[in-house]
Amino acid sequence: MAYTKAKIKDLVDGNIDRDTLHTMLSTPKDKERFQIYLEILQEQVDWDDPIILPLGPKLYIVQRKADRKWMIRSQAGHDFCEWNQNWKLHARVRVRNTAAQMEELYPRLMAPSPEWQVIREYFCPLSGDLLDVEAPTPWYPVIHDFEPDIEAFYKDWLGLPVPERA
Amino acid sequence: MNMQSKVDTRGIVRGGETLKQHRDRLMDATKQTKHYAGLERLELRDSDPIKYNKLFSRLRAGVVDARETAKKIAASPIVEQEGELCFTLYNAAGDSILTSTGIIIHVGTMGAAIKYMIENGWEDNPGIRDKDIFCNNDSLIGNVHPCDIHTIVPIFHEGELIGWVGGVTHVIDTGSVGPGSMSTGQVQRFGDGYSITCRKIGENDELKRDWLHESQRMVRTTRYWMLDERTRVAGCHMIRDLVQEVIADEGIESYWKFAYESVEHGRIGLQARIKAMTIPGKYRQVGFVDVPYAHEDVRVPSDFAKVDTIMHTPSEITIRPDGTWRLDFEGASRWGWHTYNAHQVSFTSGIWVMMTQSLIPIEMINDGAAYGTEFRLPKGTWMNPDDRRVAFSYSWHFLVSSWTALWRGLSRAYFGRGYLEEVNAGNANTSNWLQGGGFNQYDEIHAVNSFECAANGVGASAHQDGISHAAAVWNPEGDMGDMEIWELAEPLVYLGRQIKASSGGAGKYRGGCGFESLRMVWNAKDWTMFFMGNGHISSDWGLMGGYPAASGYRFEAHDTRLKEIIENGGAIPHGGDTDPEHPIWEGMLPDARIKRDKQAITTEAMFKDYDLYLNYMRGGPGFGDPLDREPQKVADDVNGGYLLPRFAQSVYGVVLDGAGDGLKGVDQAATVALRQKIRQQRLAESVPTQEWMADERQRILAKDAGVHVQQMFAASFKLGPRFEQQFRSFWDLPADWRLMEADLPIPSYGREYSMDISELPDVKTVQFVEE
Repeated sequence: MAYTKAKIKDLVDGNIDRDTLHTMLSTPKDKERFQIYLEILQEQVDWDDPIILPLGPKLYIVQRKADRKWMIRSQAGHDFCEWNQNWKLHARVRVRNTAAQMEELYPRLMAPSPEWQVIREYFCPLSGDLLDVEAPTPWYPVIHDFEPDIEAFYKDWLGLPVPERA
Repeated sequence: MNMQSKVDTRGIVRGGETLKQHRDRLMDATKQTKHYAGLERLELRDSDPIKYNKLFSRLRAGVVDARETAKKIAASPIVEQEGELCFTLYNAAGDSILTSTGIIIHVGTMGAAIKYMIENGWEDNPGIRDKDIFCNNDSLIGNVHPCDIHTIVPIFHEGELIGWVGGVTHVIDTGSVGPGSMSTGQVQRFGDGYSITCRKIGENDELKRDWLHESQRMVRTTRYWMLDERTRVAGCHMIRDLVQEVIADEGIESYWKFAYESVEHGRIGLQARIKAMTIPGKYRQVGFVDVPYAHEDVRVPSDFAKVDTIMHTPSEITIRPDGTWRLDFEGASRWGWHTYNAHQVSFTSGIWVMMTQSLIPIEMINDGAAYGTEFRLPKGTWMNPDDRRVAFSYSWHFLVSSWTALWRGLSRAYFGRGYLEEVNAGNANTSNWLQGGGFNQYDEIHAVNSFECAANGVGASAHQDGISHAAAVWNPEGDMGDMEIWELAEPLVYLGRQIKASSGGAGKYRGGCGFESLRMVWNAKDWTMFFMGNGHISSDWGLMGGYPAASGYRFEAHDTRLKEIIENGGAIPHGGDTDPEHPIWEGMLPDARIKRDKQAITTEAMFKDYDLYLNYMRGGPGFGDPLDREPQKVADDVNGGYLLPRFAQSVYGVVLDGAGDGLKGVDQAATVALRQKIRQQRLAESVPTQEWMADERQRILAKDAGVHVQQMFAASFKLGPRFEQQFRSFWDLPADWRLMEADLPIPSYGREYSMDISELPDVKTVQFVEE
């Protein structure tokens, strides 16, 4: 089943109608979705370096036009690191590890106990956008959550040319 | 003298193989060819696809029909209201062909029981004959927990075995140390209650009298137990009849081919779906849950179990370019002295329940998916224990908390490809479990296990909020049940049932909220109840900027004097505990003894009439930055009781104003300004991650963390050397920094010594995963 760009944009914007959503969930996936999705996202950002893979609502792997490096970039335009590194190590972090900090998010008694679990918020240094939240025990290493095999994805799975990488 | 050196006996499987020969041949062929049973081509499916699909459709419809019909026999609301049952059809080797709806984790668990019978010579002793009935609930060989009772019936055609059918229901009580099917007081399996290992309980379609007499007195809730059994037997017999009808119509050859090709079809199907929906690469995530046993309200028989610990499951999913995948759980915690351990089969089978909601949302759920997946569960971990003493009665405590992390991994793939409709930030910790027992309103020995938490909040997606009070990961067809039915089943009247405000994780799309029920004990005698859920830890995290769901707490009130208050026409607690930070019920119960705290796991406490118990069902995690949530939706959440008003500002940066009729609207200009201010605050209050890491490293060097945190890491280091190496490398720790359980000021029984059932005489265990 194929969908128009307008319908996929509705999905990205959180406005998809129920019937189309049901079809999307219950029928085989539309392989061409990826390219249309990239087009939509590209139109929504203020920079024109091509998006290679979205990592979150405001986080992308892009091909930096200037040097052809694949970089992890925020919506606001901050380049954290190269695509295969852990971007969170290059972000800003706020760690909630007191009851008072937890109770800004949850009512008392419904918040995690900070001696058992902390909340780590990773921000874009340019905009203050919240890009990821981790909620591990104290001492827990920052998780490198995704290492995509972009070459196999583009070439073998989608039959697309792999963007040039310096 | 003539001597006969070898006696060839004909096996019971169609064609004359023994069950063991049959399974060995299939497994050898699978190993050699990488295709299930060596089926490099699917002859029936390719040559006669219409017949193949007709077989599938008839059989699938039949197992679903059997479930829907049989569940009406049960009196237990767990089965009849919540749908906690499932029927599965297996081929002769014990591999599932297809399954009904319901608690489909048992696709694997009943198959594991059949394989145990095959590998341990059940064919010779006690013998497997047409119209036999077997019963199993043994968690050491694959069951999830003892309260899931399996009925297994072999299917014969013209005197030869051609398959099996299994039915499972979740019973209310298994006669464990405490009442309720998932009790907490025991710390070893011997306290988990009645344990049955693939026992022949019936012949000629009739249950044996000794079984009936023994089993009914091994549990507290005899009537439910017996009717549940009839439910399972009826469903199994319906399916056996169906198979015989299908064979009469389509021929045994076609059925026989279908019984194996469908498994290979399932395996190939999974690989195709992985390629169609995900992205090759590595995905890493982690799950935690709290085991707060040092508290005075957790009464256990063994001092060595009276410790606070944290269960830990890191996971790495590798999706390869060929569409195969591997799930590795290196670093998971050791099994423990509690009831939250799990067998490898329940851990892996439950993952299929999850996958049916996204990766394989098809009707052909069978063992093909298991053959298409490599699991590595290190031996000795909580989900692959190496000791036969471990208890399992509430294995779900950490199963659900471990699996929720896998949603995040897969959702990164779905998000990357633009399949936002499949993204799910995670599943709720499916609790609280209200359990207890004593004498009920009908003056009978009774046990209760409220399954209201078959309707927790669902995780947010990347395009919409999670559904509130809707589902549980272990039963896609779950339901909270009617209050009136629960009141018939339990001596507990409802004083309220409402949405649990602020229980769903915040986000651009928030997690679905759970709900809460306030129950008053009424007409009970010698009654007890306890709590079972997460408290100190929220086990689901949120995704891509979304926050975890709220964690749990308990509220119980004793000596309430509600009788007098009601007689005097006074105000009584009702509805929900809307804002636990500003409680109001305490003011209505001035003389009551109230427990309101984070101790969300307890053991049996005494309750009497007019005492109160709050049953709070958890919410799901959120997705995306809450500051990107459409402001009006925040106002709608406040108006609808999904969000406490003060969090509109502190979490969402939304300034509410009056919208008439007591409803809230949005002050748009003030909201824009507040959101800008919060973004600036975030930058002011945060530091570069590397800077924080330098400080955290100092805390690690100084061993500055609770003993429960240190125990968690020490136990994971011992079982997961790669996990330790990565930890040391990440924090750049010196070689002389060591963290050993033996050095901690709490006991760690089980650390060095363990003994598996494989060491028992004449027992052959079946290994399903890489260890």
